[in-house]
Amino acid sequence: MANKSEWPLWEVFIRSKAGLDHKHAGSLHAADAEMAIENARDVYTRRMEGVSIWVVESKNIHASDPDESDSLYDPANDKIYRHPTFYNLPDEVKYM
Amino acid sequence: MSNSFQEHFDDLIDREVTIEPKDWMPDDYRKTLIRQISQHAHSEIVGMLPEGNWITRAPSLRRKAVLLAKVQDEAGHGLYLYSAAETLGVTRDTLYDQLHTGKAKYSSIFNYPTLTWADMGAIGWLVDGAAIMNQVPLCRTSYGPYARAMVRVCKEESFHQRQGFEIMLTLSKGTEIQKKLAQDAFNRWWWPSLMMFGPPDAESPHTVQSVRWRIKRLTNDELRQKFVDVTVEQAKVLGLEIPDKDLKWNEERGHHDFGAINWEEFWNVVKGNGPCNKQRLETRKSAWENGQWVRDAAMAHAEKRKARKAVKEAA
Repeated sequence: MANKSEWPLWEVFIRSKAGLDHKHAGSLHAADAEMAIENARDVYTRRMEGVSIWVVESKNIHASDPDESDSLYDPANDKIYRHPTFYNLPDEVKYM
Repeated sequence: MSNSFQEHFDDLIDREVTIEPKDWMPDDYRKTLIRQISQHAHSEIVGMLPEGNWITRAPSLRRKAVLLAKVQDEAGHGLYLYSAAETLGVTRDTLYDQLHTGKAKYSSIFNYPTLTWADMGAIGWLVDGAAIMNQVPLCRTSYGPYARAMVRVCKEESFHQRQGFEIMLTLSKGTEIQKKLAQDAFNRWWWPSLMMFGPPDAESPHTVQSVRWRIKRLTNDELRQKFVDVTVEQAKVLGLEIPDKDLKWNEERGHHDFGAINWEEFWNVVKGNGPCNKQRLETRKSAWENGQWVRDAAMAHAEKRKARKAVKEAA
């Protein structure tokens, strides 16, 4: 028997401990945000994996297109001078 | 940059780069993954039933709490895997429907009955042990969401095997009757556990393609042999006897030889004629159908609240 309306899909983000950022944990179905948080607690934090939960309805996530990766990320490839290792320091400089 | 989508995909696979949901992938890869991941998810969910049978009859509060936690984990594992399958563009309802109509399969081991408390030990020790053997290599599978789900599953699964082994150990060090119960459960679950790895490589036509795609990392026979070798040692610690008169160490191969598996029984259970196939499917179907009003009510409630909020904000 088919569901009349499937519960919407939510993406779950978990902060594993204070001071760290929220990280994508997975997804789940829930009727609303409150239920999504409660379900996320049960599904993704059964072993103290989190101190904070974010849920976002999946349809609200916008992602970059992998086929455009080249044009999106190419511009960073030839700018190695943005990395500290680009610069040679004389040996006398011990700490910088 | 490669010439075609297919070449680009093959190149990623060869370089062990992970494939993600929005990447181009061949239709067969997508189809095979949906079948494999959903079959795995169904196994987790149906796998709750044989153990659920003993929650209210666990011999102590500790055992009951542990079994509850384990069964809850299985539900969680099913959910991780259903979510991974959904990233391939199939809906959850379609997956459930495939299970309920018998179009999709689940691990045939769950079609055997759990007759005594010792079966909780044997299932944790052998069935979860075999599952871990299958699952650990899948943490490095080529499809990202599947691999990440498997990492989670594997992290949680090792407690399942240990709690089962602990039950077997307690029984096998107990009274004569307890030891008999443990041996009896071992006798009944040993062969179905070996069947869990699937048909022999020679009769598993998809293995080559699946290994190429890195959605299978070791063959059925390789995994089965690994399982036999480690379990023989564990059985010695329990002081239980492996129910196979042909089992013996083969010095030349560096592995244990073991007796012939009854594949006729295996296929018979797969086809739906195992001792509990009908009962398992009926239980799932009735849970789904009798839960319909709950799902509808939750959705109606959420919509009512959303509408009320909209009115309030407009005012």
